[in-house]
Amino acid sequence: MLAISIQIALTLVTAAVVMSFWRLLRGPDTPDRILALDTLYVNTIALLVLFGIYLGSALFFEAALLIALMGFIGTVALCKYLLRGDIIE
Amino acid sequence: MLEYFLSFLILTGAIFTFIGSLGLLRLKDLFTRLHGPTKATTLGVGCLLIASAVYFSTYTEAISLHEILITLFLFITAPISAHLLAKAALHLDLQSIAKIPENDEVEESGTDAAIIDDIKDSVKESNPASINDTPVPLDETDLQKKP
Repeated sequence: MLAISIQIALTLVTAAVVMSFWRLLRGPDTPDRILALDTLYVNTIALLVLFGIYLGSALFFEAALLIALMGFIGTVALCKYLLRGDIIE
Repeated sequence: MLEYFLSFLILTGAIFTFIGSLGLLRLKDLFTRLHGPTKATTLGVGCLLIASAVYFSTYTEAISLHEILITLFLFITAPISAHLLAKAALHLDLQSIAKIPENDEVEESGTDAAIIDDIKDSVKESNPASINDTPVPLDETDLQKKP
């Protein structure tokens, strides 16, 4: 039961990754691409957590935490660049 | 029993993540697109992380708290990044499908030119010399000083 639902969930989240990647390619504007990158890292966290349950290994949580930290910093830096033309003033 | 509960949490989280990205793909402009992935972040990934925390707390001896940390961090940062994205989109003046609100009552006094005239009138009443429609001509002495 759990194995089947994890496989269904992996399929769904992979489809979500593909869709946000399509938005990243299509644009049409820069904030759209930043939003797509934001969604991509959240989807990657979901994929990593699912894969950790699937393998029964707690090794992936540090990676997920790091992705959450770096993704947030990246989003803020890109938005600041769009807003001010500079990241660290 | 626990297995069914975990399966329910995992499937709910995955479906919400999927719907969030579907909204990102399908909606018309950035301001509507912005709200799809927010649900994916909070409800979708939140459900998955709770499922993971319950799974690793029951099937191994130690209580797993990494997931709670990730959930807390995502819940704090998601509104901040959405707010910054909306600010950037407003700054770049992106296309929005929302209509400009019509306001019949203040139509005469609400236009930009009327507002500017009102401000000029009020300033003239207080200090009549401060506003000149024509720029002040330079003196000839000023022109001679320049090299």
